[in-house]
Amino acid sequence: MLLYIVRRLLWATVVVLIVLLLTFAVFFLLPAGDPALRFAGKSPTPESLALIRERLGLDQPWYEQFGLFVKNFVAGDEYGWPGLGYSYNSNVSVLGEVQERAPRTLLLIAGAAFIWVVVGVSIGVLSAVKRRTLVDRLAMGFVLVGISSPVFWLGLMALFIFWRQLGLTGGTGYVPITEDPISFFSHMILPWCVLAVLFAATYARMTRNSLLETLGEDYIRTARAKGLPERTVIIHHALRASLAPIVTMFGLDVALLVGGAIITESVFNIQGLGWLAIDGTLNQDLPTVLGVVMVGAVAVVIMNLVVDIAYAFLDPRVRYA
Amino acid sequence: MRETVVEVQGLTVVFPTHEGNVQAVSDLSYVLHRGETLGIVGESGSGKSVSSMALMGLLNRERTRIGGEAIFSGRNLLTLPGNAMRDIRGKDIAMIFQDPFACLHPMYRVGDQIVEAVTAHANVSMAEAGRRAVELLEAVGIPRARERARDYPHQFSGGMRQRAMIAMALVHNPSVLIADEPTTALDVTVQAQILALIERVKREFDMGVILITHDLGVIAETADTVLVMYAGRAMEHGPADEIFGAPQHPYTWGLLSSMPTIDRRLEKLVPIEGSPPSLVNVPSGCPFHPRCAYQFAPCSIDLPELRTLPDGHLDRCYLPAEEKRTIWPARRAEQLKVAQ
Repeated sequence: MLLYIVRRLLWATVVVLIVLLLTFAVFFLLPAGDPALRFAGKSPTPESLALIRERLGLDQPWYEQFGLFVKNFVAGDEYGWPGLGYSYNSNVSVLGEVQERAPRTLLLIAGAAFIWVVVGVSIGVLSAVKRRTLVDRLAMGFVLVGISSPVFWLGLMALFIFWRQLGLTGGTGYVPITEDPISFFSHMILPWCVLAVLFAATYARMTRNSLLETLGEDYIRTARAKGLPERTVIIHHALRASLAPIVTMFGLDVALLVGGAIITESVFNIQGLGWLAIDGTLNQDLPTVLGVVMVGAVAVVIMNLVVDIAYAFLDPRVRYA
Repeated sequence: MRETVVEVQGLTVVFPTHEGNVQAVSDLSYVLHRGETLGIVGESGSGKSVSSMALMGLLNRERTRIGGEAIFSGRNLLTLPGNAMRDIRGKDIAMIFQDPFACLHPMYRVGDQIVEAVTAHANVSMAEAGRRAVELLEAVGIPRARERARDYPHQFSGGMRQRAMIAMALVHNPSVLIADEPTTALDVTVQAQILALIERVKREFDMGVILITHDLGVIAETADTVLVMYAGRAMEHGPADEIFGAPQHPYTWGLLSSMPTIDRRLEKLVPIEGSPPSLVNVPSGCPFHPRCAYQFAPCSIDLPELRTLPDGHLDRCYLPAEEKRTIWPARRAEQLKVAQ
């Protein structure tokens, strides 16, 4: 088991290095305009441009720049670890910006993920067990609506109904949990639910299909032949064996949301990492974009590792492979 | 006379489908005694497995029409409510299946799966249940049972998995063990071991065993009574030595002719022409008549009755008994001559 984790970790490091190289290539080798020009402000003198190029290392050959980039990322720079450089736009370090935005996105994802897993898997199980009944049809109807509803529309409708009309929740914006926990929840409940709807729908459908397939397995018949209660057969035997595709999806979904909950963040004005990426892109602030991409890439790698380890815990056959 | 454990009377199983009603089992009757092995034999789709699944209450009652009765200790298993049936399943009537690779849950330790079978019907501590599991694994011949109980199914060989399944079936000293093709997925040498094990535990636990198979060789080795099924019906039913010594039904003849024995070379096997009938449109009259070499006028009109022959064995065929007495020995002698 330990060896398995170590092997996965080594692979993860290789993947992060490759992502670093690609991101670097996109940023430094295919630049959209001279970074020094953007950094220097209005009507710069050639001397100040040269100075900036020297400070940013832009006068060095590309492999030296990459070396510095990796060194900064691994060892940190003057703004801390990992070194992500300095924003051309807002005159703060990218790391500081990421550190401020990340908790918002992570809390958004955590709450939404909790809701979509609980709701999605429950609906899926119910639907599979009550297959071809009214319950199943209603559940699959919800799935269709959930998958088809655009997030921006759902978000705006939710705000209109629950905030403006009914006044049950807080509105847009973000309140740190440390400042006012009640207000935090009141502001987050709508984004959590809106973000969760789409995922809950896909998870419900996936759970249903996976469970139906498992219920046809011979070992389920064995479990029933033992005289186990149907509830034990479904949850202990069938659901356990059906979790693998759900765990895989969950890892990827969470990882992708780290940099990609853009619409939800925009509709509810949460200004998390997705918003940071959009803002950076619109302002051609490449170090900021680079920083978010790096955080997203690391999140994908970490979640894949978590999924792999979860697999090994779920399925003993993986452990010995 | 041995004690009767299960008495099946007129068992009928119908699966309604979009294409029509599938007549999986029609009017099947048999009696199982303690300490006896009843061999049910037939081709795929003959209803041999479905009839036992019905007995175990493993068919979905909402989507299946089950008729007749199966009396076990004074109660009709076919109409027992779900909870009462669950109390019997795995405790009084246990079942093992064809593919031991697929029948154990791949994610739980073998020992834990047996422990679960123990605690399903007995209020005992986990330690107690664990001891019972190891004891049974030892009883079915798993070496170093205490260690092996902590293994996962994929660490067991096919034969060991089937042994583990048998151990699981035995935890509550059942009265009936249903073995549905228990050796089909196993190597020949392992098959013999598993059959010997079933035979041994049958005597030790004094159970009635229903052995379902398409393999007459397996039946010949172990069964006391044989029930030959075709298209959901009993075609011939009687003591094993009579079924093998003086088979009456042309379908049984066909099965015996297609079975390799040590004194006949393989290429001389005679298959039964054609394939089993659709269970949605069962042929009129005797369901076997389209494939039967001896069919004559009445065969396609009415279903023959299951007649009791003078020696007490049951046969469903219009051919006069005198004719049959000459046909089979002549056919058998011919086959053996050709083979040599």
